[in-house]
Amino acid sequence: MAKRVKFKLNGKEIEADEGRLVIDAAKDAGVEIPHYCYHPALGNPGNCRMCIVEVAGAPKPQVSCRTAVREGLDVKSDSEVAKRAQTSALELHLVNHPLDCPVCDQSGECGLQDYYMKIGQYQSQVREDKQHKGKRIKAGEHVMLDQERCVLCTRCTRFVDDVTKTHELGIFQRGHTERIELTPGMTLDNAYSGNVVDICPVGALTDRDFRYKVRVWYLDKTDSICPGCSRGCNISVHTNTKRPWHNDGKRVARLKPRENPDVNGYWMCDEGRYGFGNLDADRLGRVLRLKPEKRDISWEAAAAEISAGLKKAGAAGLAVVASGLLSNEDWAGLKALFVDELKVSKFYFSAEPDQLGEEDALLRRKEKVPNLMGGEALGFKSGSFDELARDLESGKITGLYVIDRDLAKVWGAERAKALLGKCSFVVFQGPNKGGTGDLASHRLPATAYVEEDGHFTNFEGKVQAYKKALEPIGDAKPDHEIFGLIAKALHGAPAEVAA
Amino acid sequence: MTKILTKHFDEPKLHELETYRKLDGYKGLEKALTMAPADVTAEVLKSNLRGLGGAGFPTGAKWGTVPPLDKVPGPRYVVVNADESEPGCYKDRVLLTRAPHQLIEGLLIAAHAIGAKEVFIFVRGEYQNQYDIVAAAVKEAEAAGYTKHARIMMMRGAGAYISGLDTALLETMEGKKAWPRQPPPFPTVAGLMGKPTVVNNVETLSMLPFILREGAEAFAKIGSAKNGGTVVFSVSGHVENPGVYEVPMGSKLRDVLALAGGVRKGHTLKCVIPGGTSMPPLMEKDLDLALDFDAIRAAGTFLGAGGMIVLDETADAVMVAHNIQRFLAHESCGQCTPCREGSYWSEEIMERLLHDEGTDADMPNLTRVAENIQGKVICALGDTVGMVTRAYISRFPEDFKKRVAENG
Repeated sequence: MAKRVKFKLNGKEIEADEGRLVIDAAKDAGVEIPHYCYHPALGNPGNCRMCIVEVAGAPKPQVSCRTAVREGLDVKSDSEVAKRAQTSALELHLVNHPLDCPVCDQSGECGLQDYYMKIGQYQSQVREDKQHKGKRIKAGEHVMLDQERCVLCTRCTRFVDDVTKTHELGIFQRGHTERIELTPGMTLDNAYSGNVVDICPVGALTDRDFRYKVRVWYLDKTDSICPGCSRGCNISVHTNTKRPWHNDGKRVARLKPRENPDVNGYWMCDEGRYGFGNLDADRLGRVLRLKPEKRDISWEAAAAEISAGLKKAGAAGLAVVASGLLSNEDWAGLKALFVDELKVSKFYFSAEPDQLGEEDALLRRKEKVPNLMGGEALGFKSGSFDELARDLESGKITGLYVIDRDLAKVWGAERAKALLGKCSFVVFQGPNKGGTGDLASHRLPATAYVEEDGHFTNFEGKVQAYKKALEPIGDAKPDHEIFGLIAKALHGAPAEVAA
Repeated sequence: MTKILTKHFDEPKLHELETYRKLDGYKGLEKALTMAPADVTAEVLKSNLRGLGGAGFPTGAKWGTVPPLDKVPGPRYVVVNADESEPGCYKDRVLLTRAPHQLIEGLLIAAHAIGAKEVFIFVRGEYQNQYDIVAAAVKEAEAAGYTKHARIMMMRGAGAYISGLDTALLETMEGKKAWPRQPPPFPTVAGLMGKPTVVNNVETLSMLPFILREGAEAFAKIGSAKNGGTVVFSVSGHVENPGVYEVPMGSKLRDVLALAGGVRKGHTLKCVIPGGTSMPPLMEKDLDLALDFDAIRAAGTFLGAGGMIVLDETADAVMVAHNIQRFLAHESCGQCTPCREGSYWSEEIMERLLHDEGTDADMPNLTRVAENIQGKVICALGDTVGMVTRAYISRFPEDFKKRVAENG
């Protein structure tokens, strides 16, 4: 344990760990000192000179990102000397900045804009021509580079050097012609490339898929958990509902990582960050009976018909296909309906090749679903999909309940169609149709994770909450509510349907 | 006048080992090797030798901050900073060309003092000729058995002014961009590859053979208080006889000017840049100033690396300041913002002044920008950016005002 010491910040006595950086200790005490280059996960090169403070006894102003707290230290971040140093550093950052805010995606969340409003607000004295550098450089699949907007804080180069160790970006040339560039022969294509957009304090590195889509001040932000793998990275879902004609009509504009030192630090992977296309495409919104002919039915009718079908198939003839996409609430609902009520014993939810992918030492886990642990914690054990295929083939299984799992991806489209065709009663429930939705006798629309409150249990057993960011599409309901409707119907009670 | 480094410059073959040895060469090293390393450091401290690369830090004191081998075992290095690039300075070039063995002897003495088994000579990239001469001398020294206690390796710079700054030089040696580090830790604690490293200038190390051979007291006696020995000026500009002149520390500016033949005939002195273009100029009133690190500092400028540039009344302060600022903007490493952007901006404003497009706002604005740079940056180059602007505007306001008036 570090020793606690007392030091003065802007005349106020503060207690902090000895050796803690002044910039951090100030933040703990609610004083934000301007900075660009310093990032807790990427070190303190002290090159932006924005965080200059006055230190009593020091011959000249010091950068607070390289000054350690010690007993009796007397720091002023709001003195005339400190304020002039900070404002002038900002002014110098802007000497060659193109000031193209009206067409910059960073507008509204830009370090230059924010500090200008907070500590700047001076009349520009620059009458000289600005340096021109490269604009619209495609750095990689996801990232666009604009060298003119860059403040050369080196956060991005430190990220690719120290975090991913892939070195795609470097600093080339020197002085006022200096710029961030791709290392010759490389593109920014590592699995975590999107993070450089987050750490870039200005508009030099922007998301290509967010480019010109929607102004950030129209976005709503909701705390969530990435469903992309079992790591459970903490994220923020940025939704666009105030200007529905923007962002090509899509409701989810982007996902950003949220800091959580115990899970994902400051980062998330590109798979998670850019893998939200199915939230607004190919969505199910109607309750349907597909056989013998396709028609809309009410939730009450569906619950009644499905409960009858489940009863008919009986415990021995029923199997449930699910996946680690279910929330803890859904797993509990699944248990109440299928284990407690119907005494079903056959569950198939393991991650198969359809839900397996690459893993690495940083964040990515090979199971590309968030919540296998939630099912296991309730005692669920997955049978093998080969065994399920055999039982379907032999006719042992006559009723199949599929929850948000594309069996066409597990078995292949042809085989999935043949196997499900042998089954007299198939229910499909999920947010997206996938390859299984059309093979069912009933199809129920479920909410996506951004449309419900819930919890995921990550691979380490950490239970994390995610919040509802959007209204469900059409008649979609959370999986556990659907299970509840069917459970009620089993007892002959009229199903209660929320308006 | 007493000379130490240039004493034998009349010998045409001074760069060869045989000649150098005849002139008491390597006697200082032989003496040092009979002494305990700590005693060598103590002797150098006693001599009042100051770092002649520009900073003027006492050399013995610098060595004294290297952690002793029994406390921090493992390699430690000595690096010769022969990356002389300050405009106006060429004394190291002459010392490398004419007296390479003097440097090598000094380097080997330093290696013994701090316990370095590997030492480096980092030569400015453009000094190809000097590199070859020193490399040949190193071979001779090796063959003569002088390098048994320390292996000498040579490196060449890639053409950046900033790598003449010790920590930027170490970065370059490690194969990185020449971006200055921000001590602490200082190089003597964590330098090359994180190991304790002494970086000394060519001229500084070249003084060591004399100090060891003749004794610290003899050396200290030559100079002024706390500034032992001599200093080598490379004089250029509006003088009759530009060249390299070695004088005792504390000599008067007037006397150094006289050695160079004085201001060119028919002209009057405007100012003297004492140590290379980064240093604020001295004025006519400073002619009786004693040239050593402390006295010159009290006069508001720096001895620097002895690159003395004399300017007569034909020089225009705006052109001079613009020329220096253009150099600094070109050579700014780009690491920290105030220097990177401020050097460019200052140069551009001065360029506008040169084209007689100045406004009344330019002088106060230049001064304001300079104040905002100086003291807010990572290294001395950045401080220079601010210092140069302020020095020329404050000393020659009429030259600047004229540029604004001509705009009218």
